[in-house]
Amino acid sequence: MAFESYVLVCGGTACCSGGADNIVEAFASELAAAGLKDKVQVVKTGCLGFCEQGPIVKILPQGTFYVQVKAEDVKEIVAEHLVKGRVVQRLCYDPEQAKKLVAEANIPFYQKQYRIVLRNCGVIDPEKIDDYIARDGYKAIEKVLFEMTPEQVVDEILKSGLRGRGGAGFPTGMKWKFAMMQPKGQKYMVCNADEGDPGAYMDRSTLEGDPHSILEAMIIAGYAIGASKGFIYIRAEYPLAIRRLEVAIEQATELGLLGKDILGSGFDFEIELRFGAGAFVCGEETALLQSIEGNRGMPKPRPPFPAVKGLWGRPTVINNVETLANIPVIINKGADWFNKIGTATTKGTKVFALTGKVNNSGLIEVPMGTTLREIIFDVGGGIRGGHQFKAAQTGGPSGGIIPPQFLDTPIDYESLAKIGSIMGSGGLIVMDETDCVVDIAKFYLDFTVDESCGKCAPCRIGGRKLLNYLNKITDGRGTEDDIVQMQNISDAMCKASLCGLGQTASNPVKSTLRYFMDEYMEHIRDKKCRSGKCSKLISYTIDPAKCKGCTACARKCPAGAISGAVKTPHVIDQSKCIKCGACEATCKFGAISHG
Amino acid sequence: MSGKVETMTPELKAFIEEWKTKPGNLIMVLHRVQQTYGYIPREIAIETAELLDVPLAKIYGVVTFYNFFRLQKAGKYNVQVCLGTACYLRGGDDIIKEFEKELGVGVNTTTPDGLFSVEAVRCLGCCGLAPVAVVNGEVHGKLETKNVAGIIDQYRKLG
Repeated sequence: MAFESYVLVCGGTACCSGGADNIVEAFASELAAAGLKDKVQVVKTGCLGFCEQGPIVKILPQGTFYVQVKAEDVKEIVAEHLVKGRVVQRLCYDPEQAKKLVAEANIPFYQKQYRIVLRNCGVIDPEKIDDYIARDGYKAIEKVLFEMTPEQVVDEILKSGLRGRGGAGFPTGMKWKFAMMQPKGQKYMVCNADEGDPGAYMDRSTLEGDPHSILEAMIIAGYAIGASKGFIYIRAEYPLAIRRLEVAIEQATELGLLGKDILGSGFDFEIELRFGAGAFVCGEETALLQSIEGNRGMPKPRPPFPAVKGLWGRPTVINNVETLANIPVIINKGADWFNKIGTATTKGTKVFALTGKVNNSGLIEVPMGTTLREIIFDVGGGIRGGHQFKAAQTGGPSGGIIPPQFLDTPIDYESLAKIGSIMGSGGLIVMDETDCVVDIAKFYLDFTVDESCGKCAPCRIGGRKLLNYLNKITDGRGTEDDIVQMQNISDAMCKASLCGLGQTASNPVKSTLRYFMDEYMEHIRDKKCRSGKCSKLISYTIDPAKCKGCTACARKCPAGAISGAVKTPHVIDQSKCIKCGACEATCKFGAISHG
Repeated sequence: MSGKVETMTPELKAFIEEWKTKPGNLIMVLHRVQQTYGYIPREIAIETAELLDVPLAKIYGVVTFYNFFRLQKAGKYNVQVCLGTACYLRGGDDIIKEFEKELGVGVNTTTPDGLFSVEAVRCLGCCGLAPVAVVNGEVHGKLETKNVAGIIDQYRKLG
């Protein structure tokens, strides 16, 4: 190490909004003041993952992990930790235990994690190519270009068992093989960085924290399939990721790692960025290609598959960011190393954006085969606010809702499909008993209806019909026949829709019907929502024993629904009540409740 | 909405000329248009159609297909409230209602003084901070409805 110590400041989006930039500046000036400028290096890294506790500062070589750091704390960290070598206890993470946890390795959030994709996130400065190279970066390219034939590269990826992390889980090596076998000529390598799944930010963090790994993987893929041109299709909503990629492309080009005759091997490859513009359907391969071509992102029937006829009619491979981030590691460490991690059918690790009603929201990476229980309760620290676990949702709007009885399911593509969900791109949303599953199904349907491109009828009409039924049920107008209709429509959408969006859009409905039928029935028969989320099903009542007749609620009620004489118990006229809850908030005696 | 007629800047024109021959240029060009004006003004769309030699209908087809492009100028401060799943579960819809109430405008509308506009957006990718609102790129996380008025004031003071 050229420096005695390193101060890593998390520069992910969450920590940046918490003031990470000010912390970096504060370190720079405090270190200069303490005369440590040449001994301690400050690095603004990519996402360290523990977003819930941000901003995060990590100090190497000790690995001390400070949470919720403010710029004001920096002086103390420099004076105590870096000058005197004493840990600043009050800034360490403490999960309700008497003993303060000092190092990252001791924090439960990190203990069950295993980082392949996020290997460099939070370790290197993503805007310095030398940092990446120092961690074996671009080593795989040398190996591939000078020691391996394209066939050998494809075989290695096939042997590794790597499957597409965008959601569907198609073997990556197969995709490459199909494209490789196409006659020579213009081919394209595309990276799908259009992360549109609400509640997911794995790809964003990877691109922001380790952009060079994606470039390296694309060069390897380009070599394997015989493509000389690559496109990264990235969300315009991710300006920081775009900037980091632009910097990375420039640096790699300068070093001869991109462009003509890479490292003197005779192989040419260049990468261009193309911006998405906010269309969920563009996660579908054929729609994404339409978008790169400058058109409305409407999917096309397959076959022909993009590997045969893709961008501008040429063979094209499309891989997701997380899939690509695995590639350089597989080349460096070998397929046999990689395929020992995970389960029988699903190799490697999975990155999840763990969010919702969990104590430790954040970006995590676990080996395939880890159970949901381990993810939610060990890594995630359980449910926040002492609530009960009700369900978890994987796969976003295309996925299913998983009830508590499946908490011990080991995560892989097949086991999740068996219980009615999908792996998806990595959103993992945790719900507690205050969430209403019918409302959640409605939320997702609302999203897919909005995002449906409208090309095929099953998705366009079916989605709208499903949403209408869900609205009816949450408004208290549902009938039991609606359930039958919803099941029929869901099946039809699965079978008849043109693309993945329509085929999976009914999954949230199907899974909630399967596991939470009693809650649907409560909405329909009893006109009741146990979580209180469906406001039209709430009724407010006044307990006559507690009501003092102070008239405060009657004066506050915007609908004039409350009547009663002074100093006698008041009554709410349910037909006039608009369920705004103002009365309950006003009552000083706790006499008003809802249910 | 302002009635101002926008004129094409030389930088934009140069950008379009540079991209003119590249296949699949339309979306990239429209991004630059929106970056320049904050929305896609009709007169610029017409000029772009001529410069790229594509039908105006195609430009509007693309603009209206994608959520990111807007046909109306946003407020000086554009409030984007996240309605991704994590934010929704932690009360994002209450936050958006509070912004609407405080500003007196609905979603996708700009206040009469042109200062604020409110937008509901899909996942901003900072789920750890849910619920989140972003004002001109500045992230406000872990919001409660009671914070909303203060955030508005903070920008209103800047004018």
